[in-house]
Amino acid sequence: MNIYLQTIKRDLRIAIRNPSSVINPLLFFVIAVSLFPLAISPEASTLSQIAAGIIWVSSMLSVLLSLNSLFHNDFENGVLEQMAISHHSLPLLMLSKIVSHWILTGIPIILMSPLLGVILFLDSESIWVLMLTLLLATPSLSLIGSIGASLIVGIKNSGMLLSLLILPLYIPILIFAASAVSQAQFGFGIDLQMYFLGAILVISLMTAPFISAISLKISLE
Amino acid sequence: MSKLIVTDLCCQRGYNQLFSDLSFEVSSTNILRITGTNGSGKTSLLKILAGLNTSEHGTVSLNEFDVNSNEYQQQIFYLGHSQALSSELSVIENLEFLLSLNKPIDKERLNVAIDRIGLKGYRDEYCSKLSAGQKRRVILAGLFISSAKVWLLDEPFTALDGDGIKIVENIIQKHCDDGGMCLFTTHQDSSLSGQKVLAL
Repeated sequence: MNIYLQTIKRDLRIAIRNPSSVINPLLFFVIAVSLFPLAISPEASTLSQIAAGIIWVSSMLSVLLSLNSLFHNDFENGVLEQMAISHHSLPLLMLSKIVSHWILTGIPIILMSPLLGVILFLDSESIWVLMLTLLLATPSLSLIGSIGASLIVGIKNSGMLLSLLILPLYIPILIFAASAVSQAQFGFGIDLQMYFLGAILVISLMTAPFISAISLKISLE
Repeated sequence: MSKLIVTDLCCQRGYNQLFSDLSFEVSSTNILRITGTNGSGKTSLLKILAGLNTSEHGTVSLNEFDVNSNEYQQQIFYLGHSQALSSELSVIENLEFLLSLNKPIDKERLNVAIDRIGLKGYRDEYCSKLSAGQKRRVILAGLFISSAKVWLLDEPFTALDGDGIKIVENIIQKHCDDGGMCLFTTHQDSSLSGQKVLAL
């Protein structure tokens, strides 16, 4: 098995043996979404209008919550040092860690979203579009988030700093994804939003692993 | 014959100049023990030699390959202060992954290495259950498998008991007798024969 697949397998194995790292962000996502009907209004017409925004903001915050642990443990125990001096490509090793992060945070969010969509009175077609936007854009959240996580990995109590660095970069994703679901609710086409989300994914896929690798080398000094 | 050449190395951390104009050569079969007081730059020097840190000026090369080249990195085995072990993984799972970062691993050799470092019976034990000395032994088991020419070991004897120190000294001696070279830092006495000392 090549080292990149081994890295993914290792991260998944660690997560299975320490499930709180996966369950906590997911629970946060579910609880955050469920609080809105209590705070705003339980009426179907009100909730269905803002459902996409609620689910998308909650999923972003949930991913953000999990980003702190993306590199932290491996930085503390010295595994990242060994990765940095390995003759394998550090950006690809970073990409492997990002893929495992997406499997552990993005996929559970996608799978949980239909249930939350139903709670917020989204119609079935809009739920499909919501899942599609999550499928297309949660990898971008992990990719972009890895840049911030690698920059702050050596700084103690840096959760707030990570939010300040990363949340502004998430804004385009939030706009296009929430807009796609709203458009679907009114029966309009969503091609434009999907193209933009796809473009963001391609750009982050091409750049984020390299920037993360450079940031990590700086953090290791 | 391999030769590690360090020329005019200068290292600064914050406002402190740790060392400057440091030049030395280490050839195959040489053992270099790096000594110095706390904060004198021993770890920083090893990290520069491993390519993890950058120096203010100066060069490091191995057989004319620069420290940042792939050819250089392939010849380095670096062991830092931290154990590089995940507490959720077993001894064998940790070693399999860490050593695969350098080259594909033969599982049979890995098992032999674990036995020889004195961890027979602990192969499938989670690293969170091991003592500090046993954790150090886990990562040092990599020395039995490494085919790198240059070993950079930062405080390899820390937390080890007398037997552990003897095992590690023997493997370092064998590596250097076989044409490798080893640079290590330690605050303890070492009985390695033919070692040179670099005081920072």
